[in-house]
Amino acid sequence: MTAVEIPAGGSGARTGRRVALPNRAYRSLLVVAAAIFVALVVWYLVSLVVQARPAFTTLGVSWIFQKVWDPTHNRFGLLPFILGTVETTAIALVLAVPIGLGSALALAHLVPDRLKAPLSTAVELLAAVPSVVYGLWGLIVVAPVFRSTVEPFLSSAFGWTGLFNGPADGVGLLLAGIILFVMVLPTMVAISRDVLAVVPREQVEGAMALGATRWQVLHKVVIPGARTGILGGFTLAMGRALGETVAVALIIGNSPYIAHSVMSPAATLATLLVNNFGEATGTELAALFGAALVLLVIGVAVNAVARLLVPSSALSGAVPVAVG
Amino acid sequence: MASTLAFDATSDPMVERRRQIHQAARASLRRRAISSRIAVGVCWLCLAIAIVPLVAVVAYVVAKGLPAWSADFFTHVTTPEGIPGGGVWNAIVGTAVIGLIATAVTVPLGLSCGLFLAQSDGRVASAVRFTADVMTGVPSITIGIFGYIAIVRNFGYSGLAGAFSIGIVMLPVIIRAGETAFRSVPRGLNEAALALGARNASIARRVVVPTALPGVITGVLLAVARGLGETAPLLLTIFGNQYMQWNPTKPMDALPLVIFYNSSQPYPDLVQIAWGAALLLLAVVLVLSIGSRVVAAVLRREKR
Repeated sequence: MTAVEIPAGGSGARTGRRVALPNRAYRSLLVVAAAIFVALVVWYLVSLVVQARPAFTTLGVSWIFQKVWDPTHNRFGLLPFILGTVETTAIALVLAVPIGLGSALALAHLVPDRLKAPLSTAVELLAAVPSVVYGLWGLIVVAPVFRSTVEPFLSSAFGWTGLFNGPADGVGLLLAGIILFVMVLPTMVAISRDVLAVVPREQVEGAMALGATRWQVLHKVVIPGARTGILGGFTLAMGRALGETVAVALIIGNSPYIAHSVMSPAATLATLLVNNFGEATGTELAALFGAALVLLVIGVAVNAVARLLVPSSALSGAVPVAVG
Repeated sequence: MASTLAFDATSDPMVERRRQIHQAARASLRRRAISSRIAVGVCWLCLAIAIVPLVAVVAYVVAKGLPAWSADFFTHVTTPEGIPGGGVWNAIVGTAVIGLIATAVTVPLGLSCGLFLAQSDGRVASAVRFTADVMTGVPSITIGIFGYIAIVRNFGYSGLAGAFSIGIVMLPVIIRAGETAFRSVPRGLNEAALALGARNASIARRVVVPTALPGVITGVLLAVARGLGETAPLLLTIFGNQYMQWNPTKPMDALPLVIFYNSSQPYPDLVQIAWGAALLLLAVVLVLSIGSRVVAAVLRREKR
């Protein structure tokens, strides 16, 4: 522990050479810092709302759910992009939830102690890989494999379901969903592992004493105790998938039409913004600001739910700061 | 006496019942052991499935990025397609300048906010805390749009607009990491200083900050790592620039932009530049993340 020198003397004492800041001045300094942060957030929210307003006044509210995006004919329906966002996120989570949960259970309770720390560190480091790197990898490495092998196989094996029809371009909803799955996996695993690892020892040992097998302990004791935290990790992963921009923009194919199969090219709200923002003017620009607002509202809602579910300490999986 | 108690085991219903129970228990145990083994195996399989793509990303970036690294790659600016010898020096400078500005502004601001949160428990503080939590997860493209509205519309595309957006991405991360670190200071230490009559400011400077330093450094380095890797906020704010530009009031280039734009080019040498830039960015981010752990571990060991 650090040796702390606090000079004796009354409240007016000099600490070393410098005069200590009076409590009130010190306190107001910190309050100002917090106020600047809050002001920035308010500025951010208000400016997006203000810029998006023209979209709602000129296009009405229903534009959000219209099906056609065609700026040359002044049609700015957001539905294709909302569907694209939901579909890619759904594909990512359908894969990330079971696989993330299984790996988190393995990391928290099955891996030998010697390997726990290095593997957990590796997972957390992978959460820091910039998303554009995943996009590059998806586009250059995974997309050709999808085009030549995976998608032809899927359409021949499961084409009858109607989900896997269409051209095998490689890029499209399925690729975007799968790369998103890889991207959100570290988030899902890190948070689930943290909440799974803190189950009280007595409960685990009690179950074992009653003759429960390893899996029964995990299934009946460990998982129920961690349910809220897992749900929070799931929601955080959802937030990351919904808002992911550059990686998805590289691999989804960027088509403003509603996808007919998971192999079709599509677009999400975020990719709509990144692809069209540069050249947009007038109503289209307003519509883009509107799309940004819709994305923001979804993002804030999902993250707010996540933060209410995950205890703040478990979130340190994303920002590891050891206590003590 | 004993002989009168002898009984015929084969006809005793109790013994028969006990045998049945044993049998059922053994069958149950076998059944549960099998399903346990299957389920545990599935968990291991999940871990394997999770590790393969994550390792593959890193392996591919290293394998494809290393050949792109050359002296020219680090020292020359971007050349047009077909002209060899192009590099990403302009993007390295852009990322460094933008990162430095964003860090220089957000670290003091964010840590002050973190200290405020660590020393307050009221309703206002928990609202600020919640805001910071939510802000760490909002889609970063919307922060880019905010940078566009707030800065680009008034002053044009510039490195500063990028630093502004990146700073807004980093700020909540620093705030929360700072708060966690400051809160980890043992209560007794705080109270001892208070009992000695120290003022809050000197407690902060002489007790809280030195004790929390490992956590603070970890948090700051992780926030920088996160900020440098962000692409979406930069796309709408710094415009990109294939020439050398040190002046942050002018449009600049950055590594994430190079990766984003070059990866969808049809020319192999531009794609190779993208891989090289990806390796460089990945290396920087991983060095910062690993470095933050090492620094924290070393500082903590010195304390003991």
